[in-house]
Amino acid sequence: MTAELGLILLLIAAALAALQFGLGAISLRNPQAGGHASIKPVAVLQGIAVALSFLCLIWVFLETDLSVKLVAANSHPDKPLLYKFAGAWGNHEGSMLLWVTVLGIAGGAVALFEKRLKVTSLTATLAAQAAISIGFYAFLLFASNPFERLNPAPETGQGLNPLLQDPGLAFHPPTLYFGYVGMSVAFSFAVGALITREVGPTFARAMRPWVLIAWIFLTLGIVAGSYWAYYELGWGGWWFWDPVENASLMPWLATTALLHSVTVLATRDGLRAWTVMLAVVAFSMSMVGTFLVRSGILTSVHAFAVDPKRGAFILALLALYIGGALTLFGLRIGTVREGNRFDPLSREGALVANNLLLSAILGIVMVGTLYPLIAESLTGEKLSVGPPYFNATTGPLALILVAVMAAGPVLRWRRDEWSAMARRLALPILFGAAALLAVVLSAPGIGILPLLGLVLAIGVGAASLAPLWKRNLRRTPLFTWGMVISHLGVAISMAGMASESAFTKETLTAVTVGETRSVGPWSVTLKEVHPVAGPNWTAMEGAMEARRGSTLIASATQARMFASPPTETNEAAISTVWDGQLYLVLGKHQPDGRWQVRMWWKPFVTLIWLGGILIALGGLLAMIGRLRRELKPKGEAA
Amino acid sequence: MRILALALLLLASPALADSQMPDAQWANTQLPDPQQERAAKALMEKVRCLVCQGQSVADSDSDLAGDMRSLIRTRIAAGEKPDTIKAWLIERYGKWISYDPPMSGITAPLWIMPLLLLVLGAWLARGRFRKRKSG
Repeated sequence: MTAELGLILLLIAAALAALQFGLGAISLRNPQAGGHASIKPVAVLQGIAVALSFLCLIWVFLETDLSVKLVAANSHPDKPLLYKFAGAWGNHEGSMLLWVTVLGIAGGAVALFEKRLKVTSLTATLAAQAAISIGFYAFLLFASNPFERLNPAPETGQGLNPLLQDPGLAFHPPTLYFGYVGMSVAFSFAVGALITREVGPTFARAMRPWVLIAWIFLTLGIVAGSYWAYYELGWGGWWFWDPVENASLMPWLATTALLHSVTVLATRDGLRAWTVMLAVVAFSMSMVGTFLVRSGILTSVHAFAVDPKRGAFILALLALYIGGALTLFGLRIGTVREGNRFDPLSREGALVANNLLLSAILGIVMVGTLYPLIAESLTGEKLSVGPPYFNATTGPLALILVAVMAAGPVLRWRRDEWSAMARRLALPILFGAAALLAVVLSAPGIGILPLLGLVLAIGVGAASLAPLWKRNLRRTPLFTWGMVISHLGVAISMAGMASESAFTKETLTAVTVGETRSVGPWSVTLKEVHPVAGPNWTAMEGAMEARRGSTLIASATQARMFASPPTETNEAAISTVWDGQLYLVLGKHQPDGRWQVRMWWKPFVTLIWLGGILIALGGLLAMIGRLRRELKPKGEAA
Repeated sequence: MRILALALLLLASPALADSQMPDAQWANTQLPDPQQERAAKALMEKVRCLVCQGQSVADSDSDLAGDMRSLIRTRIAAGEKPDTIKAWLIERYGKWISYDPPMSGITAPLWIMPLLLLVLGAWLARGRFRKRKSG
């Protein structure tokens, strides 16, 4: 019965979304009709209904109700509880239901908490949010019903892809979805502001916390996904420029740009049209990402859904929403005053450079990801665009972007002087120069991108602290701390990337038990190999011992065999020490009796994700800081 | 399906049947010469694993990727230039195998676009700025 209840709740939610949209449309045409008052509770109820529907889906997965088609296809009675739970969204239908659930909850949250917008703007925003929901409810009900029954029910389920049976991956998709779909709020705000012609600082300040929340989730989702790929795929790579990774990177780039331009709009009433455009683009990128992943149009590590009919449905929704928003933008933007102008050398100028570079990187990632599809449809020839292209094109732009990031926060609004900027950045530049000297002397022959990366990371790391210089730290606003910590996170993450790419040591070999091989400064011994059994897998486990000077580390790596579906995976033994990670993988057993072993020593690789977490933490501080200031009564705020 | 067909084609291809590498000798072992290994590794990272989903042959567990690694290491060890090997691979398996799209009529827009984006963006942004008055 739970499945039927879930379906009914989904239908109710869809009906409420239609009502929400209708109320919004009526009250915008006829403000006296009184729709403004009732649209808020409807939005809240819609959020509750769809959330309960999703809970029903989780429930049928937890009890492994094999008469539900989705459960039979993706779950198995023997699966550990965590993965039964996570299995609810580890598949096409479930993840789309999660998508609309977040959409509905976000709309409900706007209705409950948004107090700053004018009532007409809020109504338009909620109507826009409902319009998006309606399309995706239709998609679920007509093309991907997660609650479909199977008659007769099979004896057992097919199981979940073992690669996905990992605690990191259990929570990676929902985190990303909160980010993806959180951007729908920014989109709806932008549409609302265009409809009611209220594009200004009030709109920017109201939208900012929502953008920050979505951005924090996106950042954490990408960091988690990167770390998952790093430890689960077993080859030490942490970013593959895989289409699905790109699909999550694109909304992040657009949201990062939006986060910066919204500051110009909120503080200086500039970049009005551009900010609205970015809000539209950011959510469009989320939908494009969903389309790329869900339609199975691109073959990639993550493409666990392949169904062209569904792809066409999502593509139609995409065209409708993006096209609709852009048309509205085209019609209304003429009436939006341009906003304040500013000098090229100013805080605004640096933020424009930030936006320009982020947008260029976004464009490159998007075109590079879609190019093989375009080229194939035009010429019939299959091309690949991969890491060599993306690194060569986005790498230099990212370095310039980070250099601008060092300067931006120390510039004044409106207008500044070159000499003043140079004075404020003297110390960071000195740090960078010292780093350049140190790296060139200690590691001659280092590649140009990693070298620049390391130098900039040191210089920018120092510069990111400059806004705190000579300030009373206890009276420094929380959002300034947020910016400082996020920027420091970027520098730290970049240091990790540069170090990993420049200094990684690799040893691929085959050994008998008891033999020792070296990788970088470490001597690694395969102590023994023995079989182990898990809840739904068996494995050969290699006990490894690594020695560097007086440091001794014992670790275990497994080659796992899953029965349903039959798959082999590697569990790498990753040991973290203060200056990096030792990454050991047990491979196949060769006919000659030796075991294949892959070993990497990756100096400071951990900084990549540590930096990423700092970036998200900075976002959190900024959000709390902004909310605290804005929720204060007017008199105190000054 | 196409990938499967490609895989079968690859398995049946004389290149792999002919090559003298029982159990793909260099699939999971590095070349003794570090410089050659570096060149081989750089090439492997640019070669797509044809049966995998979005992975290069440098970091895939599939047997085919292993065979490809072995082939690349063998040829590098024999003194062949990476570019020659890449050209050979492209000729044999099509452009799809190379992650580094070679400059040609069809890929030219891909390589020009980043610059175009920057120029276009700068042109769009110029309207935002106020002319600086001297002094």
